[in-house]
Amino acid sequence: MQNFDFHRPQTLAEAVSILAEDEGAKLLAGGQTLLPTMKQGLATPSALVALRAIPGLTGIRACDDGSLEIGAMTCHADVAASPLVQRLLPGLAALANKIADRHVRNRGTLGGSIANCDPAADYPAALLALDATIVTDRREIPADEFFAGLFTTALEDREIVTTVRFAPATRVAYAKFSSPASRYAIVGVAVAASGSAVRVAVTGAGADGLFRWEEAEAALTRDFSPEALGKFEPDPDMLNGDMHASPAYRASLTRTMTIRAVRTLLSERILD
Amino acid sequence: MVPLSLTVNGKPIEVEVEARTLMVDLLRNTLGLTGTHIGCDTSQCGACVVHVNGRTIKSCSVLAVACDGEEITTIEGLACDDGRLHPMQQAFADCHGLQCGYCTPGMIMTAVAIADEEDLLEPARLREELHGNLCRCTGYQNIVKAVIAGADAMKRSG
Repeated sequence: MQNFDFHRPQTLAEAVSILAEDEGAKLLAGGQTLLPTMKQGLATPSALVALRAIPGLTGIRACDDGSLEIGAMTCHADVAASPLVQRLLPGLAALANKIADRHVRNRGTLGGSIANCDPAADYPAALLALDATIVTDRREIPADEFFAGLFTTALEDREIVTTVRFAPATRVAYAKFSSPASRYAIVGVAVAASGSAVRVAVTGAGADGLFRWEEAEAALTRDFSPEALGKFEPDPDMLNGDMHASPAYRASLTRTMTIRAVRTLLSERILD
Repeated sequence: MVPLSLTVNGKPIEVEVEARTLMVDLLRNTLGLTGTHIGCDTSQCGACVVHVNGRTIKSCSVLAVACDGEEITTIEGLACDDGRLHPMQQAFADCHGLQCGYCTPGMIMTAVAIADEEDLLEPARLREELHGNLCRCTGYQNIVKAVIAGADAMKRSG
């Protein structure tokens, strides 16, 4: 790995000014994607700006209006184990517990995952389905605008994700067909229900990355049941094909994962 | 060079390292703690697992400088000073939980971290929990047996 300068800023403002002075500098969150990428020589930043020492970026809190806020530097294991997340958004805790393996979950962060926006990452699907708000050091971005394609977000230069906020009274379930080696999603589907409104977000499958499956959303809004999906599958022409799965197989998996997520949400309702 | 202070196996360490130094290289090359192995060096096999503040991480995928002020425990930090093995190490020996032994330090560090989480010790859950540790000898049956026996021994020894 090529060497680089290393910075441990104590404030967001300090981090932003380091990024401004060095165009080749990159932010370091948990590093669970960035470091393997750098070791392969696929990223060669001139400096890393570690976010760990900046106070206020870690933690999980419930707000007065019932919404849930998760700090960008909160690791997956802490989201999975949080009694607050388990109570308010059990589907999100379950998703966090299925990311990669326990060692990665102890280090990888929510903010790092969404800022990297890997097209097979898990969190983006849940955030998009839940219509989450991504809070940065300068503005708030709705998930629909934040996720903009393969490894592409609405983040501007030097903009830093600080928190993700989830609205109250929304439920989510995530079903994933994962690569047995990496646990990345070959297809992952998050279904969120808020009152009668349903949003379905698909990761791992789209040729252009994360997408909302609007046909399924309309069907499930009319009738929230697995049967409502009929024979619907997304158009394979808009899906990705690789060594793991063809577009046609991914279309079929998208339908199956959607049904599984719907079933999970229905079973939770009965238990309420 | 970047100054770094951390605790390794209970001992305070002050060093200067290049920013790119991985935790596993600091442990093996600078501190001579070669019990932590480099298996794949691509963040997949878990042979390099150590504890940072009691939690498992892959030391091939964490920068040493990112652990400033943290407490690191390696496989060398488990046994008693008089040479008696840690109960989890003893269980791996007793249950034939190792064959070539290359993955064993990472396996044992992971096993120690999950030993006090009762619900993880149910065999199917345990196999899932060991997902981040690969044994190329495929000796998983006895590894699972060893982790369960080791966790039990840890509980009994308090």
